[in-house]
This record gives sequence, structure tokens and C-alpha cells, in this order.
Amino acid sequence: MADRHPLFKPLIFVGGLIFGFGLGFSQMARPEVVLNFLQFEDFGLVFVMFGAAIVSGIAFALLPRIRDRAPLTGDTYERRLKPFDRNVLIGGAIFGVGWGLSGICPGAAYASLGVGNVTILWALAGMFVGAYVQGYWRSRSTNAAPATAGAD
Amino acid sequence: MVTDPVLLQAVAELFPNGISRYAVGGLLVGLGTVVIYVGTGIPAGASTFLESTLSYVSDQSRFQQYVGSRDWRLVFTAGIILGGLAFAATVQSGLITSALYEPGSTGQLYEVAGVTLWKTDVQPWRLFLGGILVGIGTRIGKGCTSGHGVCGVGSASRTSIVGVLTFLTVAIGTAQIVAALGVSP
Repeated sequence: MADRHPLFKPLIFVGGLIFGFGLGFSQMARPEVVLNFLQFEDFGLVFVMFGAAIVSGIAFALLPRIRDRAPLTGDTYERRLKPFDRNVLIGGAIFGVGWGLSGICPGAAYASLGVGNVTILWALAGMFVGAYVQGYWRSRSTNAAPATAGAD
Repeated sequence: MVTDPVLLQAVAELFPNGISRYAVGGLLVGLGTVVIYVGTGIPAGASTFLESTLSYVSDQSRFQQYVGSRDWRLVFTAGIILGGLAFAATVQSGLITSALYEPGSTGQLYEVAGVTLWKTDVQPWRLFLGGILVGIGTRIGKGCTSGHGVCGVGSASRTSIVGVLTFLTVAIGTAQIVAALGVSP
């Protein structure tokens, strides 16, 4: 990782900036707005996720046809495909309860801190606790399983 | 096309804040993802940051697989936080005015050094307990709203589409139950 292109991290940073600005602009960084959506009081939030997925979808479909490898990493352009198993349903359901209770998901939580929402530190602390608990448990129960290097 | 005023009104009630601010915000979120993908080939999600950052402080084997990506994930997350701050310092502070932005529809506004900041009214116990479940669920479920929802759905990944339908359905059910129990905000 030491020999990565010098622009690798600056580009990631700029991408993060735009990503966070978009979450602020869309108001998705406000838990209340997410909760209003989940309670069917404002369906506008659908446009955040699908708007974003359409933009990324166009890039994911076009880039592999335009060029072979990404300039800063030399990696081939691949789509984000993860194997399906029961964990997708179990984890998705647990995440769903958490999202429905708090109105907060990881990306929006980071952006929420940026817009001044210091109360969100409760959610961030909770996320680290939760991620640690599952990591502790899985380190013990699936030590023999092969590690998949995901990029999500 | 014939415009039916009753239908138009029904649609307007579904979108009390219009759709423009959501669509513009969503396009920017997508653009951020695309900028990273074009340069690096990485379809970045936000939730792996939790585990990759834990690898700095914990030697549990589960976290060690993210050692190679933890540095740039930290940079990505710092970018997201500062992107939110950039929004606060411009649009939220009124430096850039946009008809799409409403200042005080939820939460509380406050000011620090000329920058208008915003704070939620949602109760800390909801955020903390919800956060724990989000931390467990996104990691077991292989992604969150950005990993599955933006990059996965954008990749037309069946796993991600099923993942999104799962967490969206459960979240709607949970939010409805919590509201029905009278918890607010």
C-alpha cells in the first residue's frame, strides 16, 4: 500500500467531500428526515438512494468498456458483487431495526457530525460497539473461514 | 397527457418537501462515489470504516482483513464529515442560498464562529441503541445504505437488491412500531 499513487488519498478525500456534501444537501444527515420517510410522511428520500444508484450505475456500466484499469491503482473496473448467503438477510434485518429506531446509517452519521450534530456521537459510539461485538464473536466462531477482502 | 388535479395533489402529499433537494443531494452522493471509482476502481461504502478502524486498536482476526484499506477509509470518512461541514458553512449558513433548503424544519440550529450548525432532537438512547444494531447488522449483512444501496444497486447486484429490500422493509416496520408506541422524537 506504500507504493500507491500520490493522488490516491487526495482523490478519495475529494470523493468523500462530495459524498458528505450531498448527504447534507439531501437532508439525509438529519435522522428526523429519515424517520419521516420510514413513517411514510415524506417519500422524497427515495430519490437520494436511487438518484445516487443511477449515477453510480452509469459509471459502473460504462467505465469497464472505456478503459481497462483505474489510473491510480491499476485495478480493473469491477462491479460491486457480493456472494449471497443467509447473513445478508440476518444482518440486513438487524440493520433495519437499528435504522428504523435511530434514523441513522453509517455514511449519513459521519455527514451528520459535519453539519454540527454532536448528539450523533451517541450513534457513532453505538456503531463502533456493535461492529466490535460482531467482530469479536465472528473472530471466535469463523476463524477457519477464508477472509474475503471486500471493498465496500 | 391530461393532468388530473386530484392526482397531482395526492402526489404532492407524498412529497411535502418536493423532490428536488433529495434528487440533487442524491446525484451528489452518486458523484462522490463515481469520482472515487473512476480514479481507483473501488466501489466505496461507508460501513466498513467501522471494522477497518477497529483494526488499529483490536487484534481480533475479523478486523485484520481490513488493515490494507484502513488508511484510505479513514480519509474517506474524514472527507464525508468535512463535506457535511462544507454544506453547513455554505448552504446551512446562508452563504449560498438555495430555494431547496429549509433551515428549521427539524432539530435545532445553533451557531459557532459564524457557521450555522444543526443538532437533532432524536433522543440519545434511540441513537445509541440504533447505532449498536446498525454496527452489528451492516457488518454481518455485508453492507449499508451506501455499500449495498448505492454501489450494490448501481452494480445491479442481486445480493445488494435483496439486502436493501430486507433492511428497508424491516426499518419501515420498526419506525412505524416505534411511532405507534408514542416515542417522539
